[in-house]
Amino acid sequence: MSSVKPNSGPDAVARLLAGYRPLPGVSDELVDAAGAVRPAWRAFINHVAAMSPEEISHRIEQGDQYLRDAGVFFRQYGDGQAERAWPLSHIPVLVHEKEWATITEGLIQRADLLESIVADLYGDQRLVQEGHLPASLVAMSPEWLRPLVGVRPRSGRFLHFIAFEIARGPDGQWWVLGDRVQAPSGAGFALENRVATARVFPDHFARANIHRLAGFFRAFRDTMNDLRGDTDSRVGILTPGRLNDTYFEHAYIARYLGFMLLEGEDLTVENGQVMVRTIAGLEPVSVLWRRIDAAFADPLELNEQSRLGVPGLVEAVRRGQLAVVNALGSGILETRALLAFMPRMAQALLDEPLKLPNIATWWCGQESERAHVLAHADRMMIGEALSTRMLFDSEDSTELGATLAERQQNLGEMIDQRGAMLVGQEAVTLSTTPAMVDGALTPRPMSLRVFLARTPRGWRAMPGGYARIGHSQDATAIAMQRGGSVADVWVLSDKPVKNETLLPSPAAPYKRSRRVELPSRAADNLFWMGRYVERAEGLIRMLRAWHVRLAETGRDDTPLLGHVRAFPGFHGADPTSEAPAALLSSISAATASATQVRDRFSIDGWTALNDLAASARAELADVSPGHESARALGRLLHKVTGFSGLVHDNMYRFAGWRFLTIGRALERAINMSEALAWFADEGAPDGALDLVVEVGDSVLTHRRLFAVATSRSTVIDLLACDANNPRSVLYQLEEMKEQVAFLPGAQEADGMSELSRAILKLQADVAVAAPESLDTSRLSEVRVELWRVSDLLTQAYLR
Amino acid sequence: MIYDIKLSIQYVYRAAVAGGRHVLYMTPSQTSQQRVITSLLDITPAPDERIAKTDFFGNTAVEVAFRAPHEEIAFRLRARVERLAEEEAPDVSPSLRELMDEIAGLRSLTPDSPYHFLADSPRVKARPEFKDYARAQLADAAQSVRAIVEAVGMALDRDMTFDPGSTNVDTPPEEAFAERHGVCQDFSHIMIGCLRSIGIPAGYVSGFLRTQPPEGEERLEGADAMHAWVRAWCGVATGWIEFDPTNGIPVSDQHIAVAHGRDYGDVAPVRGVVRTSGGQASKQAVDVIPLGGS
Repeated sequence: MSSVKPNSGPDAVARLLAGYRPLPGVSDELVDAAGAVRPAWRAFINHVAAMSPEEISHRIEQGDQYLRDAGVFFRQYGDGQAERAWPLSHIPVLVHEKEWATITEGLIQRADLLESIVADLYGDQRLVQEGHLPASLVAMSPEWLRPLVGVRPRSGRFLHFIAFEIARGPDGQWWVLGDRVQAPSGAGFALENRVATARVFPDHFARANIHRLAGFFRAFRDTMNDLRGDTDSRVGILTPGRLNDTYFEHAYIARYLGFMLLEGEDLTVENGQVMVRTIAGLEPVSVLWRRIDAAFADPLELNEQSRLGVPGLVEAVRRGQLAVVNALGSGILETRALLAFMPRMAQALLDEPLKLPNIATWWCGQESERAHVLAHADRMMIGEALSTRMLFDSEDSTELGATLAERQQNLGEMIDQRGAMLVGQEAVTLSTTPAMVDGALTPRPMSLRVFLARTPRGWRAMPGGYARIGHSQDATAIAMQRGGSVADVWVLSDKPVKNETLLPSPAAPYKRSRRVELPSRAADNLFWMGRYVERAEGLIRMLRAWHVRLAETGRDDTPLLGHVRAFPGFHGADPTSEAPAALLSSISAATASATQVRDRFSIDGWTALNDLAASARAELADVSPGHESARALGRLLHKVTGFSGLVHDNMYRFAGWRFLTIGRALERAINMSEALAWFADEGAPDGALDLVVEVGDSVLTHRRLFAVATSRSTVIDLLACDANNPRSVLYQLEEMKEQVAFLPGAQEADGMSELSRAILKLQADVAVAAPESLDTSRLSEVRVELWRVSDLLTQAYLR
Repeated sequence: MIYDIKLSIQYVYRAAVAGGRHVLYMTPSQTSQQRVITSLLDITPAPDERIAKTDFFGNTAVEVAFRAPHEEIAFRLRARVERLAEEEAPDVSPSLRELMDEIAGLRSLTPDSPYHFLADSPRVKARPEFKDYARAQLADAAQSVRAIVEAVGMALDRDMTFDPGSTNVDTPPEEAFAERHGVCQDFSHIMIGCLRSIGIPAGYVSGFLRTQPPEGEERLEGADAMHAWVRAWCGVATGWIEFDPTNGIPVSDQHIAVAHGRDYGDVAPVRGVVRTSGGQASKQAVDVIPLGGS
């Protein structure tokens, strides 16, 4: 490659920025007031300017492809709860490390302040007694959790991982917009943004001195592990589950940091100790990084409506047997009205002024403040005092006083009546940063989310973060709302940076990682996913056989097709109209199970399953019966077998894989015995035996082995009793026997477990049975026994 | 007056539940007005854990956990309590306006602080109809807070019908109020909502009511189950007073308290009831027998 590109140099930069026009009175990250590129951005802008528009869009596509492949999505509440493509703005926000140091110094001071405030509110309550904070404000907050008053956290600290939303005002000064302590999200997304953005600008990213993020995560992981103390126990991430908007991130970060991803259902409390239900029994958990709001953590002592929590969790905290990050009750720090008292509390608790101011706020629960807000309502944003939502968040109802005054006949009366419930906040103007809009750099308003983690040596800030970018040019803060995007944040150094990874350095003492048992709920989901995918495959094969025959004869009233229609496996559904719905629901049940174990699932497997679900919907819509349907079902069959191949060729043989495999084998054995009972019955019409051989994917094998036409004996022999046929009932029983032997407790002190015994007995029965003895009634018994195996497995491992 | 109290609460689940954890507010409290002589809480099946605890408001509670599947739980309380007579005290409570100023001067979040009882609580939310109703009971600006509390409580007794079949434990107070009927829980929640709406701190008291009326007196309503009434803060000098809106009377030596909180949710006799797919049935029986005494 030549080092001089035809389109490099000042002219190229000028061309790139030709249309870049920051609004007057607004500071811009990229250019200064005179329009010159700021020093931190120069190298990067030169790099971008040297690329052709085609190259830029190609690079951007690479970043997006990465995100799609990685399955990064955002769940949008409301409309059908759709999973939305990750809205990455590909141009990072660049900050020089000197400026970053000023920001983090201010934020670390604020983190210490927040810790002191929350310790006071749940401890001595000096702030209230000395009049720095109104008692009424604390008492009316639903986030001040009375059951936690007087409870010291196990580690002595309330806060271990927090975030701040900050923005730059017109004067160039940074402001804190809000404090995130309840369950701050975004750190995992910041990692994904980083990977994707580095793919867009790979050569520049490698050369430029951009601080890496891994060191921060390593420090935090160590902190979390240290919180266990000297107990032999687990660290978990407590998630509300897959319907949460940031569930993807919970799964991602659990995988990245090596913590268990847990839901309330996974946990129970015994004698003040939180335990996780695993396939090997209960195991202690002593640290939980919660991603659920505290009020939902324990229905017994907190919100009794909660279905996400664990009864007894608060008692575990009270006894010092559980550290929760951040402590239950710390959510009160997010209360918007608290911002009004921060400067005063900083003086009272730290004896120093705030290094980084927060957005000016007035709580209307006080008379003079109320008057101030009313007098300046046109320049104020008026919102809920107790709200813990971020300003400009999509469900936030904050409005400009001026807008409110238009609608509300009498603003004064409203503020008078609801005073204590309202705050006025100075309307802020955010700075702008470049975003690529229709191929051109365009200034967009932005705010930054910065993450801090507590380490043994104090707070440490993530050198980077997560920028939120507004979707329109309107730079007043209020316009930054729905439809925004996110960007990576690059902190630039003048010197080369350390290339860090999450792997321990070779010099560190070797530490064998302790075997972590599979939570029962995860095992349950994998087991059912195996079953549902297999059920879908069975339905596809049966439906295809129907349509192939329909296409051959052109009529659906033959005895054979009547027999297929009455097949119990269809549960009375008509093969042409209703059965595809059953198929779709099996596939979506499989996807739903997979979603709940995303942290244990490879990205390829996940993509293949989603692809299957999407194709099924597309292929089965509006196809005519007969040939067309048979062909569509054939294509679906390829996708299913593709997915199964991926799982069985690539998945490590952890216990999770075994449950998936057992589920598949069990479902296949049940389906096959049901099909044989129906189609190999004495009374079944002509052609039924050939059909079941076809559904059992054994046409060629039958021809080679028997060299005669199908008879009841040959079909039963091949599809029930042949240990070499991967479709036979016996084969599934042997598979199950093999996998169950690897599970914990398969061998009990007094011999074999009940489950192992049940499988072994059934396997022996089928293995020695003469084909003639496996008549319809015996096959039905086999099915009943298979269901009993399913029940025994569930009792032993899955709850 | 000394009472023998018997309370039994039973749950029968249609399908066995896999275990459970509950917090119980069932035993009479020890206060300056009442002395617990004996108190015994028997639970079947025998719980695997049983922890005595004190909550934020100072109530004593029992936490129990069951690990084995069970189809039935029974809680049986037997207690003997001496309840002292309420002393007649002159009304020294301030006017509503003065009460505001007294509250504003307080800087406390201790369990008895009125601040906990002014804002919305999980089961009692501010409603304009509560405010209108409370305002309609006000006489003049000089009226004392204690007189207001009693006026609101008596008005509710007058305007509402006691009707055990009309509501359940989860009926929102505004619904019961709209129909002007309910049980002691509804009467109390509505009164709390009314008092808070005009700035009087108010909370919920659960307890027992004498079931056999003194000779020649009428049997009081709500005596067949646990009872509930209201406590209200009437200024620094008076402190908390208690009023029974279901019967329209100030609390007397016929009321035996168990626990108090912001609303029913804080002191429900059994928290953490399992809701199973099969459904459940519960039974409650109460006896409060006077043994005489001072």
